[in-house]
Amino acid sequence: MISVTGVTKRFGDYVALDDVSLEVPDGSLTALLGPSGSGKSTLLRIIGGLESPDLGRVTIHGEDQTSVPPQRRGIGFVFQHYAAFKHMTVRDNVAFGLTVRKRPRAEVAAKVDELLEIVGLAGYQQRYPSQLSGGQRQRMALARALAVEPKVLLLDEPFGALDAKVRADLREWLRKLHDEVHVTTLLVTHDQEEAMSIADQIAVMDHSRIEQVGSPRELYDEPATPFVMRFLGPVTRLGEALVRPHDIALSHDAQPGSHEAQVARVVHLGFEVRAELELGDGEEVAVQLPRNEADELELGVGDIVHVRSTALPRALDGGPTEREPEADALSA
Amino acid sequence: MTVDRRWRIGLRVLGLGYLALLLLVPVGLIFYRTFEHGLTGVWESITTPAAIHAFWLTIEVTAIAVPLNTLFGIVMAMALARGEWRGKGLVNALIDLPFAVSPVVIGLSLILVYGIDGWLGGALADAGIQVIFSVPGIVLATIFVSLPFVVREVTPVLKEIGDEQEQAAATLGAGGWTTFRRVTLPSIRWGVAYGVVLSVARCIGEFGAVSVVSGKISGETETLTLLVEKRFANFDLAGAYAASALLALIALGTLLAMTMIKPRREEGDA
Repeated sequence: MISVTGVTKRFGDYVALDDVSLEVPDGSLTALLGPSGSGKSTLLRIIGGLESPDLGRVTIHGEDQTSVPPQRRGIGFVFQHYAAFKHMTVRDNVAFGLTVRKRPRAEVAAKVDELLEIVGLAGYQQRYPSQLSGGQRQRMALARALAVEPKVLLLDEPFGALDAKVRADLREWLRKLHDEVHVTTLLVTHDQEEAMSIADQIAVMDHSRIEQVGSPRELYDEPATPFVMRFLGPVTRLGEALVRPHDIALSHDAQPGSHEAQVARVVHLGFEVRAELELGDGEEVAVQLPRNEADELELGVGDIVHVRSTALPRALDGGPTEREPEADALSA
Repeated sequence: MTVDRRWRIGLRVLGLGYLALLLLVPVGLIFYRTFEHGLTGVWESITTPAAIHAFWLTIEVTAIAVPLNTLFGIVMAMALARGEWRGKGLVNALIDLPFAVSPVVIGLSLILVYGIDGWLGGALADAGIQVIFSVPGIVLATIFVSLPFVVREVTPVLKEIGDEQEQAAATLGAGGWTTFRRVTLPSIRWGVAYGVVLSVARCIGEFGAVSVVSGKISGETETLTLLVEKRFANFDLAGAYAASALLALIALGTLLAMTMIKPRREEGDA
């Protein structure tokens, strides 16, 4: 388990991390999710020993690592831009950590071949990083990090420099790899879809603090703050509340708590139908509904319908469902 | 279009003519004058005891100055590119001092420090070490004038490659020295090589500062450039040309080494 307690980090006047605490359970794949500048990479680099915190503690498997240099933390680190050793072959890149540890030559060769097999680069031993695609370079970097059998694997936007298709493939692949290798993994990303699709646990960061920690489902269904709600999925405003567009029910008749609205636009996206409605006060509401429901309602532009939220509404300012972010960061 | 073409040809002629008048013709004439009366005379004048001594002294000084400058250059480049420390800007500016200050002034300033009446020279003389009018002075002057080359070649390369590879090496368990030897140094090797070639060329060709501190004692503190100057001043033109040709040949050799390095450098081994 990785445990971060009360970590604060300043760069000059800028506070990059403000009293952050986080626990990453053993064997989990946890995502640190947040917009750029939220402090997520700094937190990862502090856990990896590449930065040192001004305040607070980092422990890995119960051992205090706060002032241990990265060489002796037992971590594997993968960088956004691969950090491949350009003058070395793929084999030498992956073998680096093992040769530093002066392992026997035969053991190194066997381990390298095994890892290249796992990451799908068997047969690429003699290539140089410049002869690999971005996705291949990142898989090589991952093999290199795994070669030293790290206690924890830290990934800093590992797919951030890749194009969308490769990104999606690699993230599926990483999830499968994690299910096989089971090394405790912390992954930094700004892509909520990436975090939702591969992580067991997500810690959402904003403005140098952790907003909420939970499973993807918990965060989606029970966001602690309007920020988390907005960051994890589409939201629309219904009256004073923030609602997911698919948590809005449409009917022809007035229902308790429903608002009258006029259909402004209907977009058919195969299974899903998106409608834009205009409330009496001129506010716009976006609604997502399955195709069969839309067909039953026979939605047409200009129709008058009644909308109501089917989810527990979350008040934008205060209200019973909004909790203090601090309370949540620790309660995961 | 024809106007365009005329312009282009005109500019080429101008550019090449400029180079020819300033560089190719003078250097070419040296070789012509050297060899116009055959090889025998040339051989005799570059194999006199004074010439041979001057040749080996030049090599010796270069062989001391270049490795020291290389070591200093790499360490300083690392400090400038990777470190954050007080006074970095000042040191960065100071490194260019040898380029900015005339070599003659450098020579004179060395005499002020290491001369017999100088700031350190008295104490050194008491310890039996003579710096000025002796080989150590020549070495000092040569180091001084060729100091910036390696730093200036390596610093931008270090900045360009960034420190992510070094961080990756650290997370893989490599200590500072291992990281430097196995990751940093191979990444900057062409920058270092280029700096070394430039340093060698400068060390062999240095005249001004060495002239001031050497005392020009034939067979003792006379380098090749000083020999050329002395022969020229003594109206031994053939001898001066021969020694010049030798210097020019060494310089051409280093240039050749440089062009052999350059293409590899542009490949970038990225």
